[in-house]
Amino acid sequence: MSGVHPADPVAGAIAETFRDERAIVLATLIRQSGDFQVAEDAVQEAFESALTVWRRDGIPNSPGAWITTAARRRAIDRLRRDRSVADRAERLADLMRLDAQHEEVPSMDDESSLVDDRLRLIFTCCHPALAMPARVALTLRTLGGLTTAEIARGFLVAEPTMGKRIVRAKRKIAEAHIPYRVPPDEELPDRLRGVMRVVYLIFNEGYSATGGDRLVREELCDEAIRLGELLCRLMPDDSEVWGLSALMLLHDARRAARVDSDGRYTALGDQDRSLWDQDRIGEGLARLYRAVRLRRPGEYQLQAAITALQIQSPDAEHTDWAQIAELYGALGRLTPSPVIELNRSVAVGMADGPAAGLALLEPLLADPALERYQPMYAAHAELLTRAGDSTGAARAYEQAIALTENAVERSELERRLAAVATE
Amino acid sequence: MPQYMLLVYQEDVDEAEQAERERTLPLFVELHRSLKEAGLLVSVQRLHSPQSATSVRVRDGDTEITDGPFAVTKEILAGYYIVECADLDEALKQAARVPAAVFGTVEVRPMMPAAEWLERARAAGADVPDEAVEDMA
Repeated sequence: MSGVHPADPVAGAIAETFRDERAIVLATLIRQSGDFQVAEDAVQEAFESALTVWRRDGIPNSPGAWITTAARRRAIDRLRRDRSVADRAERLADLMRLDAQHEEVPSMDDESSLVDDRLRLIFTCCHPALAMPARVALTLRTLGGLTTAEIARGFLVAEPTMGKRIVRAKRKIAEAHIPYRVPPDEELPDRLRGVMRVVYLIFNEGYSATGGDRLVREELCDEAIRLGELLCRLMPDDSEVWGLSALMLLHDARRAARVDSDGRYTALGDQDRSLWDQDRIGEGLARLYRAVRLRRPGEYQLQAAITALQIQSPDAEHTDWAQIAELYGALGRLTPSPVIELNRSVAVGMADGPAAGLALLEPLLADPALERYQPMYAAHAELLTRAGDSTGAARAYEQAIALTENAVERSELERRLAAVATE
Repeated sequence: MPQYMLLVYQEDVDEAEQAERERTLPLFVELHRSLKEAGLLVSVQRLHSPQSATSVRVRDGDTEITDGPFAVTKEILAGYYIVECADLDEALKQAARVPAAVFGTVEVRPMMPAAEWLERARAAGADVPDEAVEDMA
């Protein structure tokens, strides 16, 4: 909710309730009403009415309980009108029974049922039967409370397109009966990986995009981090959940230093370290240790560990490249990819000298997947330069330059090319 | 319980490969028996090849009849199941058990309950009595 006025306590209370309670209220109401759209509309209306009612009657003692009741009543109204919802009669009866209770009575299993509802919501939004863009949009909409317009801006998509995507996803959930539940144990590991992929994709979309609305992109990073923290709270026994959260925090800690004053991308080695957010780094490291203590390595933990080693070293020279190379090796065994192998060759080149790095990198030159991958040619050129092969280095720099679209990067590569050419 | 149609698509193959597929029948028999025992199977049917299909269109009151399927595609509709499952996850699990899923594709489509069809028609302004539901499916 935007446009909060600090001098307006009602608007402030609503914004706070929206931020802290909306997803919880929504998650529970989806289960109770059996319908995403009904629940979402009802919660939306409850927040809208809060503005009028709280101004008139004052801010309630428990704003969350007020919103829960108001949203439930609106869901009842909607279910009475909308006859297409499955099991409508039973749903209505349940909701009316809850409504007849005088106040929100916290029951014994309240806390765990709230946790379960949010987990249900996450797993449903990230269900593999939905297309990836729909999973991302639905997760941001329902769990993050972002508006359709904000999501559209974040992903550089026209708002009506994004709106249709979300509506279609909700319709598919209803029509195909995508279950609202935490997957059974035998499916849980796979499905949790799927959820983490969605969260990390949201983060990367915010982190790596160069175009679009900067504020909204930061919002995407923040939201992904919040979702990561939520997963840690909800599934604390999974090491990768902590690994993902750590990875996002460690990347995000360098957010301010990644772009220079002209808005241009700055590589890790050239970043102004005083701009790094030390609290975030500390939190990221704490989460990484927590992940490692669970003793089940995974791709997010390994990536977080690599990032941690880079962040904690004062410069490239004092970085523990041997360990980074080892971590890339482990990562490559877990999720084989030529890009990981390339990164490993660079780390080995730093640890054991350019010849060792070249021995690993040169076979990759024939890999069609990397044929147009500029960083490979830049890395090749670096290694050749250090190995004293200036002719080969010049050729590799030319290949890298031909594939570079970014003007800053191009002038840097041209500078290096000129340096080897004059040797 | 919701019902789903599992549409089995597979590539049209030469006789030798087709013969190989025909020999997988015991796997289908096994699946169908297990689906029946679990009370999930509403119906199952294999279809003749699209070469035997005839398409019918009525335009301006004239019936046009053409040889062949609605659309000529590399993958053909070879058969279908109608299953009754608790939810999509259950239906997807059954779809993965169809022996043809190994070489073809099984599309899972939720079936629209007659009541919902009726509801939609009414919302669009059709005048249909409640009893019509009986004759719809």
